[in-house]
Amino acid sequence: MWTVRVKDPSDKLLSLEGVSKSYATGEGPVQVLAGVDLTLAAGQSLALTGESGSGKSTLLHLAAGLDAADRGRIVVAGHDISQAGDAERARLRRGTVGLVFQQFNLIPSLDVAANLAFQARLAGRHDPRWQAELAETLGLAACLHRYPEQLSGGQQQRVAIGRTLAARPRLVLADEPTGNLDEATGDAVMALFLRLVDQTGAGLLMVTHSARLAARLQGRVQLSAGRLA
Amino acid sequence: MRAALAALLSHWRRSPLQLAMLLLGLALATALWSGVQAINAEARASYAEAAATLGQDRLSRIAADGPVPQETYVALRRAGWRVSPVVEERLRIDERRSLRLIGIDPLTLPAPAQQVEFGEGDALLPFLTAPGLIFADPETLARMEGADLPPLRAAEGLPPGIGLMDIGQAQRLLGMEGRISHLLLDPEAPQPGPLPDGLRLVSPDSESDVARLTDSFHLNLTAFGLLSFAVGLFIVHSAIGLAFEQRRPMFRTLRALGVTARTLIGLLFAELLLFALLAGAAGLLLGYLVAALLLPDVAATLRGLYGAEVPGTLAFRPGWAAAGLGIALLGTLVSSAQSLWRVAHLPLLAPAQPRAWAVASERALWRQAMAAVGLLILAGALLLWGRGIVAAFVLLAALLLGAALLLPVLLAALLRGAQGLARGPIAQWFWADTRQQLPGLSLALMALLLALAANIGVGTMVSSFRLTFTGWLDQRLAFELYLSAPDQETADRVVRWLEPRAEAVLPIVRAETEVRGQPAQLYGMADHPTYRENWPLLAEAPGVWDLLAGGGWALVNEQLARREGLEPGDPIRLPGWEGRIAAVYSDYGNPSAQVILGLDRFFALHPDAERRRYGIRVAPDRAAALAEEMRAAFDLGDEGLIDQASLKGFSLQVFERTFAVTAALNVLTLGVAGLAMFASLMVLSGMRLPQLAPVWAMGLTKARLARLEMLRTLLLAAGTMAAALPLGLALAWVLLAVVNVQAFGWRLPMHVFPLDWLTLGALALVAAALAATVPVRRLARLRPADLLRVFANER
Repeated sequence: MWTVRVKDPSDKLLSLEGVSKSYATGEGPVQVLAGVDLTLAAGQSLALTGESGSGKSTLLHLAAGLDAADRGRIVVAGHDISQAGDAERARLRRGTVGLVFQQFNLIPSLDVAANLAFQARLAGRHDPRWQAELAETLGLAACLHRYPEQLSGGQQQRVAIGRTLAARPRLVLADEPTGNLDEATGDAVMALFLRLVDQTGAGLLMVTHSARLAARLQGRVQLSAGRLA
Repeated sequence: MRAALAALLSHWRRSPLQLAMLLLGLALATALWSGVQAINAEARASYAEAAATLGQDRLSRIAADGPVPQETYVALRRAGWRVSPVVEERLRIDERRSLRLIGIDPLTLPAPAQQVEFGEGDALLPFLTAPGLIFADPETLARMEGADLPPLRAAEGLPPGIGLMDIGQAQRLLGMEGRISHLLLDPEAPQPGPLPDGLRLVSPDSESDVARLTDSFHLNLTAFGLLSFAVGLFIVHSAIGLAFEQRRPMFRTLRALGVTARTLIGLLFAELLLFALLAGAAGLLLGYLVAALLLPDVAATLRGLYGAEVPGTLAFRPGWAAAGLGIALLGTLVSSAQSLWRVAHLPLLAPAQPRAWAVASERALWRQAMAAVGLLILAGALLLWGRGIVAAFVLLAALLLGAALLLPVLLAALLRGAQGLARGPIAQWFWADTRQQLPGLSLALMALLLALAANIGVGTMVSSFRLTFTGWLDQRLAFELYLSAPDQETADRVVRWLEPRAEAVLPIVRAETEVRGQPAQLYGMADHPTYRENWPLLAEAPGVWDLLAGGGWALVNEQLARREGLEPGDPIRLPGWEGRIAAVYSDYGNPSAQVILGLDRFFALHPDAERRRYGIRVAPDRAAALAEEMRAAFDLGDEGLIDQASLKGFSLQVFERTFAVTAALNVLTLGVAGLAMFASLMVLSGMRLPQLAPVWAMGLTKARLARLEMLRTLLLAAGTMAAALPLGLALAWVLLAVVNVQAFGWRLPMHVFPLDWLTLGALALVAAALAATVPVRRLARLRPADLLRVFANER
């Protein structure tokens, strides 16, 4: 069962203004993002493309509050997280943001069912029926009591996606979520993402290398050398 | 091959902490083991030296039941016996010091017994004439500084604690005028005929009585050293296991690039050999320091408990160093055998799974439980049917190892139960994650369990012993004053003087005897309420005191009763007497067999026994004043008259020093276990990021994760402490009821000390918290970039 929210294009879910980020390395600082401006509205889906090392993952991490920008302003669901402390950003990730990692990052000590429910329970939005529907759609119903190490790469990625969708976050940030999936499963997952966006008014920012998948989203931005092209 | 070795070693360059822990664990294990061995070697060398004093390991002696009268010696010489007289007695200098004084006749001493060079005669004259000259080794000489003794001179080659002087001067000093302890027989001269009645020939003995008596003490030390070594090896096993697991992908790559399994194992073996030699050398150095620190206490214990003289300084023995390095190598091989086996059987094409080690460990859990049950059954069987001290120690080892192996199985079951009961997502994750950490932490927890159990067990034993011993001393030392007169004449005068002043003056008389072919002490006991009301009996026949006074019955100490399986009512035979056992009494701190007869019967057997020692009963509030009067009237000095409190104080002091070494080893073992915990947590913290980063990303702060990490460590330590308690009590029971009986011949009642457990529990939690502090702080202060690396493609 989807929870339907009112879609309002003026309802900015994510806003980045002049965001810059550099990392210190042995050879001196490396500028990864250099003044990025980006807006994502509720109910909007956006593909983020770019070459390897162009800063896509860093942008996603900043938007999720996993890291702090050197300069610029980041607002998520009305909260300015640019100056927010660790606890506030953690609260935002718990309640508002859903992350899908390229490397799955499942919790190895929990079985598939517990992994699927984990974030939803953290957010206080656990819905067993919705979880069962997700498990069915993602083809995970038969392996709910298996542990991550007992799953194939594709299955693990589906669990990671299911974990995010189960929490019904307002903002979904996905880092190549279908990179490890075959084409048919990838398409099914994309359909799920878009259904979430369409029916709940969530925002989706997805990093992808696939032009075919990018074309299915409402918009597309490209990062190049730390700037949006 | 060089490239492969460089690749393997590069792991340690990148993980210096892991390398440090491996080397430290091995060094500590070697140090504690070799430290104990150094002490044992020093003590045994001293015993051998003492056994060889005056060539007694090669020369036969002629002895009597008591001292040999000087006239007998003269008669033997006249009859053509080539014998040389010796007096040997302990000379008490003051409260803390004593000297085993040996008096010889340098002119008749057989050649193998010559131990002192008298030089160009410059020493012989002062040696023979009053006040005499005492030869002693330099260390004993230093210890005797300020003592009221004749001039002392250093002589190399004499065992510690021995003073060698002319027999005439020694007799005077010891109050043994006209009496000789034994006669040394010249091996070159033929025996002119049979020995007169009352004398017997004693064959040379390469092992001294002291060496035999102290065997149990040294076995105890060795057992503790072994336990410390085992705890240290847990660190080594843990570090090697984790290092091998972390390098698993590298092993596969090397194999895939053409390095054969045999070469790989050979390289790993060489790497371990290098570490073992490095850490072993450091361990030897550390062990030497530990031994040097502990030796003065051990020497004091051996002197107080067994009268054994061991020098307080340590000599370096190459054999000990070689054995220490050998044990370091052996320990490394034992610790790494499983890891090497896994590398040898590594499937070349299997995917590198970070959790493979944990999964394998979970599979091994079942096998571990089976092994634990097997060991516990072995311990039970040894308890029922085992005999002897070695069986007792094997029982201890099986019990401890079995329980240690069972710990992870029990903790895993507890955690599974807790996870089942958990309701919230974080609680559920916490318990599941703790279960996942268990294989990596289990070795450290097992080490902690052993250290805590040893602490509880040995602590309970020592405290039970102390409680029993104090009560026993109160019973046993029932006289208010103890007189030890310098000679018979003084003793008689004092006793006559005391008659109107004291409530009772009872003789304390002693002779040497034999029970079932073994040497024993024989005492005579007067029939008096002091004994009837106080003497600590363990088992008795009805009317025991009347039976004893009747002369046909005897009391035996617990050591003798246990060794020979004697009970009240059993027959017993001594040279010249045959009767039955009226009772068995406790006799702690005395390693020898002891028999007590009624006073009349004793004197009937040993009419010449000295009557210089007496126990004096007097109203306690009058004791001090009476002692003052006696000292003033008879010039008795501190040694001649001892009050009950001083004697108890001295006995308790000996007791406390006896366990000082045990306590020190206990603390060291606990320290090593704490270090094992720290090492495991530090190594694991480096592997934790991929497990913690997703949870952090989903909204748990680093501070909360750090708190949960600390809580996890504390919970595991608390669980281990909970398991250590019953194990420690079982250990205490085995020590009191099995090991003590086998080693010393006495069994002690067990008392429990819950306050000590609480203290130890708190200490364990503090140690665990300290061990977790660094990794937890590291987690709390982690930069987001470090956590984000987990999500990066390039990871």
